[in-house]
Amino acid sequence: MELFAEKRVLTVTQLTTLVRGVLEENFEHVWVEGEVSNLAMPSSGHLYFTLKDAGAQLRCVMFRASSRALKFRPRDGQGFIVRGRLSVFEPRGEYQLIVEYMEPQGIGALQLAFVQLKERLAMEGLFAETHKKPVPKLPRRIGVVTSATGAAIHDILNVLDRRFANIEILLRPVKVQGEGAAEEIAAAINDFNLYRDIDVMIVGRGGGSLEDLWAFNEEVVARAVHASKIPIISAVGHEVDFTIVDFVADLRAPTPSAAAELVVTSKEELDAGLEALVHRLRQAIKHRLAENRAEFGALARSVKDPALLLGHLAQRLDDMHERLCRAMGGRIERSTDRLFSARNRLRLTNPSVQLERGRELLISLAARGERAMQRLLDRNRESAAVSAGKLNSLSPLLTLARGYAIVSRLPDWTLVRDGRNVAPGDRLDITFQRGGALCIVESSRTERDGGL
Amino acid sequence: MSVEKFETALKKLEDVVKKLEGGELSLDDSLKAFEEGVKLSGFCSRKLNDAEKRVEVLIKQKDGAFTREKFRLEDES
Repeated sequence: MELFAEKRVLTVTQLTTLVRGVLEENFEHVWVEGEVSNLAMPSSGHLYFTLKDAGAQLRCVMFRASSRALKFRPRDGQGFIVRGRLSVFEPRGEYQLIVEYMEPQGIGALQLAFVQLKERLAMEGLFAETHKKPVPKLPRRIGVVTSATGAAIHDILNVLDRRFANIEILLRPVKVQGEGAAEEIAAAINDFNLYRDIDVMIVGRGGGSLEDLWAFNEEVVARAVHASKIPIISAVGHEVDFTIVDFVADLRAPTPSAAAELVVTSKEELDAGLEALVHRLRQAIKHRLAENRAEFGALARSVKDPALLLGHLAQRLDDMHERLCRAMGGRIERSTDRLFSARNRLRLTNPSVQLERGRELLISLAARGERAMQRLLDRNRESAAVSAGKLNSLSPLLTLARGYAIVSRLPDWTLVRDGRNVAPGDRLDITFQRGGALCIVESSRTERDGGL
Repeated sequence: MSVEKFETALKKLEDVVKKLEGGELSLDDSLKAFEEGVKLSGFCSRKLNDAEKRVEVLIKQKDGAFTREKFRLEDES
């Protein structure tokens, strides 16, 4: 080397500068692995440590600009792979590696960060079961914190379509990966807590790589979830993906779809429940009616067919009317006969005396006739009044007031007394005490105790 | 109609059924209860069948107030 060709004396600084130049030029970009020791992180934010193996050690410095990007905290004794450039710290004559990037040996950097944050938050009690809030079974409005364009909201809406969807979804769209995603997610959780008008929150996103899901491993998100007054269901990635948020959340759903399924009762379930209730309702009234069957039976026997009764009464009225006419007609005829005979006799005798006697007779006869007719009329009026009273007591209106109804088949208004006389599809008119209904027969029974 | 009303009706129906099953009611009240139960179950099954879904987006204004807007799902590109 030209440098050593002649005897030339260098100062320490000159030499050191030369060495530094050589090192920096030749070791601009090196990867090296070793175990961290003598780790120091002063308030400047720079990271100082020694990387060593069995045979040697290397001073390392990681300046704040680089160390800030680390998701984890290196610890003494851990093995790392680091990338950097060699340089010389001239004041101390030490060469050192200026580290730009480091990752743990064996597991990835993110994984290490995950394990460390999980340990720390667990110690703090953020995962405590006692802190977890119950998740409502049938929420009215669900808040969702996820991307407006991602798979998660898609999946959640799909589930709502399949299930009982009478529910409101309120989406707070956020970035779910990349720079600033964690802060947006945390802010959205806080916003929902300010807004308050939701019953449960689903926080999550669809599947992706560990890096993609990383926002859900950030401390700021974990703390927002922990601070939430509204129950939170986490739904990040797929079944196998566990994030810090999953540990803090009140309930962890393996996927966004599963989260939706957890809070939205299935329509089938509700249908079945309703059907069971209706069945019980029918059984109960059937039972109640069976208890009263004896009473019903007695009542039914005591009340004859109203139409038949009406017919009888009408016939009796006709009969009475006829008899009345006949009786009156006979009287008048007889009276007239006698009047004529009296007249004849009058004509044959002394006109003046006979006339006087005849007039007297005539008057007396007329009076008797009138009285007889009056009596007859009175008697019949009385009898008619009694009939009317009976008619009223047997009136179908009173029967209707007791809850019976008159069922007629349309269009010919024939009365229905037997289930065999109606067929599905027949139109029936039902007359209640007040008003009525037009019904269409669904099915008919031949027995009365088929139930209501 | 809201889910709340559906749930209220379902709860009422349950109460009616329990009352009827208790057998304490007079015949008249039993029939009334039954009629109410039939109405409630009809309401519930109607609600179940014409359920509608509402999806909105929560938007925070500059002044911190919240508004809601209709959300339309965009297909992922």
